[in-house]
Amino acid sequence: MESMASLTEDSATAGEEQGGVRRRDFINVAAVSFAGVGAVSIVLPLINQMNPSADVLAEASTEVDLSAIQPGQAIKTIFRKQPLFVRHLTPKEVAEAEATPLSDLRDPQTLEDRTKAGKTQWLVTMGVCTHLGCVPLGAAEGEVKGEYGGYFCPCHGSSYDTAARIRKGPAPTNLEVPPYEFTSDTAILVG
Amino acid sequence: MSFPWANEYKPSNAFMRYMDEKLPLPRFVYNAVGAGYPVPRNLNYFWNFGVLAGMALMIQIVTGIVLAMHYGADSGIAFASVEHIMRDVNSGWFLRYAHQNGASMFFIVVYIHIFRGLFYGSYKPPREMVWHLGLVIFLLMMATAFMGYVLPWGQMSFWGAKVITGLFGAIPLVGEPIQTWLLGGFAPDNAALNRFFSLHFLLPFVILGVIILHIWALHIPGSSNPTGVEVKSEQDTVPFHPYYTAKDGVGVALFFLLFAVILFFAPNFLGEPDNYIPANPLATPANIVPEWYFWPFYAILRAFTVDFLFIPAKLLGVLAMFASILLLFFLPWLDTSAVRSGHYRPMFRKFFWFGLIPTIVILGYCGGSHATDGIVLISQIASAYYFAHFLIILPIISRVETTKPLPTSITEAVLGNTPANATLQPAE
Amino acid sequence: MIRIGAFLVGLFFSGWLLVSAAMGAFAFVTAPAAPTAEHEFHKPAKSVDFSFDGPAGKFDRAQLQRGMQIFKEVCSACHSLKYVSFRDFKDLGYSEGQVKTIAATWPAETPSINPDTGEAATRKPIPADKIPSPYPNDVAARAANNNAVPPDLSLMTKARHGGSAYVYSLLTGYQAPPAELKEKFPASMPGATTHYNPYFANLNLAMAAPLTTDGQVTYGEGAPKPTVDQMAKDVTAFLTWTAEPKLENRKRAGTAAVIFLLIFLGLCVGAYKNVWADKKKAHA
Repeated sequence: MESMASLTEDSATAGEEQGGVRRRDFINVAAVSFAGVGAVSIVLPLINQMNPSADVLAEASTEVDLSAIQPGQAIKTIFRKQPLFVRHLTPKEVAEAEATPLSDLRDPQTLEDRTKAGKTQWLVTMGVCTHLGCVPLGAAEGEVKGEYGGYFCPCHGSSYDTAARIRKGPAPTNLEVPPYEFTSDTAILVG
Repeated sequence: MSFPWANEYKPSNAFMRYMDEKLPLPRFVYNAVGAGYPVPRNLNYFWNFGVLAGMALMIQIVTGIVLAMHYGADSGIAFASVEHIMRDVNSGWFLRYAHQNGASMFFIVVYIHIFRGLFYGSYKPPREMVWHLGLVIFLLMMATAFMGYVLPWGQMSFWGAKVITGLFGAIPLVGEPIQTWLLGGFAPDNAALNRFFSLHFLLPFVILGVIILHIWALHIPGSSNPTGVEVKSEQDTVPFHPYYTAKDGVGVALFFLLFAVILFFAPNFLGEPDNYIPANPLATPANIVPEWYFWPFYAILRAFTVDFLFIPAKLLGVLAMFASILLLFFLPWLDTSAVRSGHYRPMFRKFFWFGLIPTIVILGYCGGSHATDGIVLISQIASAYYFAHFLIILPIISRVETTKPLPTSITEAVLGNTPANATLQPAE
Repeated sequence: MIRIGAFLVGLFFSGWLLVSAAMGAFAFVTAPAAPTAEHEFHKPAKSVDFSFDGPAGKFDRAQLQRGMQIFKEVCSACHSLKYVSFRDFKDLGYSEGQVKTIAATWPAETPSINPDTGEAATRKPIPADKIPSPYPNDVAARAANNNAVPPDLSLMTKARHGGSAYVYSLLTGYQAPPAELKEKFPASMPGATTHYNPYFANLNLAMAAPLTTDGQVTYGEGAPKPTVDQMAKDVTAFLTWTAEPKLENRKRAGTAAVIFLLIFLGLCVGAYKNVWADKKKAHA
């Protein structure tokens, strides 16, 4: 089809009849343009097929049972094929997070902004470092929590505090809080 | 390589001049399918099918590559992954149906291309190499299509793979080891599916390579034409572009029209319903049939029902099926008539239209039908004619036939025998 | 040399084929094949009209919903529909909430694991799930159905010759075996666990008539009377949708493509005539 692209110019010499030249050119241009439109309309589905398919988009929401998580503990689970951290903060950690002045923060947010009302001890965040997407340490038993007592990303040294806010290192923003709701006092539904 | 009056490529701007110096690809294209390739002026629409076949291959490659992004070549998930493409992938149904029916379009076009060559004697000197490379492409296409059909892992995929690899089992002594080696097991399973997928992905690019050789070989003598008379002077030819690009445009539009009607309104018309049943090694379909483009060969395979001395009928069928294609390689030496075009060969033309074409249609019908006694009987007679046509009748015709007088030149054939045009101009 | 070799090969293949044909014809005359019950009693699918027939055909959403109801209440007891997800039911005209309810009230549950012990368990399906199968595996399905696995129905209308009409014919085709069958082919009479149906390939199938009485399923307000015929049509329409959920997109895209290509063809013919005008003039 591409070879037809230069058809228009040659047809000027092909169509010698003086009166008919313009109308003829028009048909040639139109034929080539239609070929172009057709090619584009075939290319579109070829590109679109790489977008997430319907089964991927039908996000399976994740239900998390909180009853077994003791204060000071955290669990890792999976939401949208990515790690999800659910952390039960101790009163001390809550106090630390609340005591931090917003002016010290790169991405200013209070603990209340990042948790549900009356449930500030439950910190639910994605386990994806906002720098380049590594999984930070600090959720599992015995892992380094970094100098701010929250999470520490081993890839490039980003440190998060007990509200999973970025305090030090290259990460630009706090760990993302996914949409979720409490379905009971001890269970949440993420997504 | 080309005619002395071929247009010379002239780079139109500084960039093209730079390109022409460093990598003369534009010049190459110009001389191959552009204004620099003089083509006989009298080509009819049957000469569109080479370009159409190339386009069909491109459709298959492009849709195939995107389908491979979603397909899973594992006997446990292959069928489900095809359904995933049909239901969940964006435009997946379109891409899959396009690939599935694109194969049929490719064969339709290639069969017409081959029969064009058979009727107009395109296999004769100096174009034997073009014909041979074309047959290589055809064999590669058949292998590719067969392996592609296995990939959805439906009932017909599985049993097709089993039957076709079983053909190799007919070879004495080494047959069974070869069959096991081909499958990587004792029946088609994961190993076979994975290697078929790998080769199904590879072979189209091999075909592409052989197509380039096919076109290269064609450009040495130049295109043949419906009269079969060689080009003698400049007025016998027109530049490929814009004359034949414009004519091919009409063919392309018609091709896509037919393709669209099949793809959008009858996408499963050419397929077998059994292939929508997941492969089941414990249950054979009532009637194992290949896709329509293999029907004539399948009929020849099944036509052999009686052992010949120590040669079992099964082996005879396999030999005959391969022979039915391989004999085409010998065509330049079987048909020795100096006249190329069937237009000027009254006897050849009768056998072509009333012998060969109906025979192949009948063989196709028989190959697609349930093998009842009557069907087998008909395919035996038709197969007998098929072999006799190429191996016995054609050599005899080319000796005894009185051909009609040829026009002295292509121009004369087109414009009539006017004095101005009748004078032969020797090629400079 | 080539021609002599070819002649001999040709003579061998053609000659032997003709000999085989003669032997076949002789056998055909002296010992004709015995007629079979299938050959004499099998009937081609009935002709039946659906809203989705033809190049502009569309699904009737209300009919699909009724068909879904029949599948849920009747077919799903034995048959799986494993390539279809509950979320796909939005195409039948259900809202997100309705889909959730359909999933949660489905007769079968989705396999899962007990989060505390890791043991196999089941849970209520959610819209993102595929439709759960009535049996955990083929062995269980076989054991529960006299050794015959009820096939998955997702693709049934594309997996049989005759398509939708075949499914409809089968559902409405159960009948008492004709007396003639008993006379001529006693071996083809239905057995203790099979049922006579002339639309089925070998005349007797393991499935008993699933739709037996008018009103077997209670339709909602404004729906047609649930006769066996109507129910068969509705569930067939539903199964046509499960087999080809993109049918409407396909036909719509096809109409646009064909119109576009017809115009393109016209323009190509015009361009072709333009380009060749001077060559034609030389002819005149």
